[in-house]
Amino acid sequence: MTTEKIYDLLLEVPDPEIPALSVLDLGIVRDVEIQGAEKVLVTITPTYTGCPAMDMIAVNIKAVLQEHGFETEIKTVLSPAWTTDWITESGKQKLKENGIVPPVAKSFDKKALMDEYDNVPCPFCESDNTALISQFGTTACKALYKCNDCKEPFDYFKCH
Amino acid sequence: MKEQLIQYIVRLGDDSMILGHRLSELCGHGPALEIDMALTNISLDLFGQTRNYFTYAAELEGKGRTEDDFAYKRDIREFGNVLLTEQPNDDFAYVIARQFFFDSYHLPFLERLKNSKDERLAAIAAKSFKEVSYHLRFSTEWMKRLGGGTDESHSRLQTAVTDLWDYVGEMWQETDLDKELNQAGFAPDLKEVAKEAKAHIQDVLAEANIQAPDSTWSHSGGKKGIHSEHMGFILSDFQWMQRTYPNMEW
Repeated sequence: MTTEKIYDLLLEVPDPEIPALSVLDLGIVRDVEIQGAEKVLVTITPTYTGCPAMDMIAVNIKAVLQEHGFETEIKTVLSPAWTTDWITESGKQKLKENGIVPPVAKSFDKKALMDEYDNVPCPFCESDNTALISQFGTTACKALYKCNDCKEPFDYFKCH
Repeated sequence: MKEQLIQYIVRLGDDSMILGHRLSELCGHGPALEIDMALTNISLDLFGQTRNYFTYAAELEGKGRTEDDFAYKRDIREFGNVLLTEQPNDDFAYVIARQFFFDSYHLPFLERLKNSKDERLAAIAAKSFKEVSYHLRFSTEWMKRLGGGTDESHSRLQTAVTDLWDYVGEMWQETDLDKELNQAGFAPDLKEVAKEAKAHIQDVLAEANIQAPDSTWSHSGGKKGIHSEHMGFILSDFQWMQRTYPNMEW
C-alpha cells in the first residue's frame, strides 16, 4: 500500500456543499500517513472555522477508505490556515463549470480585502459587468453576485 | 499560568458565542434575504471560533469537560463576555452598530493574537482573522449606508450609536488577567488594539455623518462575570435544553 493509492481513493470523496469537487480539489487534505498494514491517518484542515461540513467530510473520508479495507483516523489541524490558494487548478475549473466563480486573486491581502472589490467575471456570459449582491452567499465561503448583462445571479468563491 | 490561560481562552470564546447567539436570533428575521444570510453566516463563523476556543480550553484543563460543557453547563457569573455582545437586537441599526463596534475591536485584537506565545491560540487567531476581516467590511459598509441613507435610517443609527457607546470601552479595558497574560506574551496589548480600533471607529462615524458621544465613561463587569439583565434571558433560552433535561444527548 502506498500513500498514492490513498490519494486516489480520496478523489472519490466529494465536498458535501459542492459535490462537483473532491476533498483533494478543495485542498483541505494536508497529509496522509500510513500507520500500519491497513491503518491510515488523514490530516484535514477546515476552510472556515464554522464550516458545518467538516464533520461530514471526516465521516465521508472514513467511509470511503473503510470500503477499501482501511481503518482511518482523522486529525484536524488549524495551522497553517487554509486559503483559497489551496484549491487546485482542476478544482477551480470544476467550480467554474458548475457556475461558481473561483477566487480571482491570490489569497489574502488585508488591504485589497478592505479597500476594494474583486472584479468578478460572470461564469455564464463572461461579462465583467457584474455587481455584488451580498458578501455572504449560500455558504460562508461564497459571495452572491449578479451579472448586469445576462441578469443571472451567481456564486463567487471569496478570496480567503 | 495555565489556570489563567484557560480562563482567558474561555472568555474569548464567550465573546464570540454570545454575539453569535444574538445574531442567530435573527435567522429568518433579517430585513432582506441577503442580510439574513450574511448575519447568520457571521454567526456561524463566531460559533466556529467559539468551538475552537472551548475545545482548546477543555484540552488544557484535562478534566474531561467538552466544548458543550463550557457552553451549556456554566452559570452567568462564569461567563466573561463583554457587555456589548449581550445587548439586544432592538432594531437593524442596533444590530449593525453593535457588530461594527465589536468588529472594529476584534480584527486588530486577532491580528495581535496571531503573535501569541501559545501556538494553538495563534493558529486560532490566524484562522479567525481572515473571517473577521469580512465581518468588519460588512458592518463598516452598513454603517455608512444607514448613516448616509434616509432621515429615518440616519436617526435610528444615531440612536443606536449613542445608546451603545457606553459599552464600547469595556473591550479594551484591561483587567488583571489581560495585563498578566499580555506580560507573559500570550495576549495582545489592549492599548494598541484600542488605538487602531478607535481610529477606525472615528473615521467611519465621520463618513457616516454620525456624532460620537463625548462620554469616555464605560460600563464594565462583563469580563469578570457581572452582566446586564439581558444575559440571564440569553442563557435561559440558550441553555434551556440542558437545564430542563440535564445531560441529555441527541
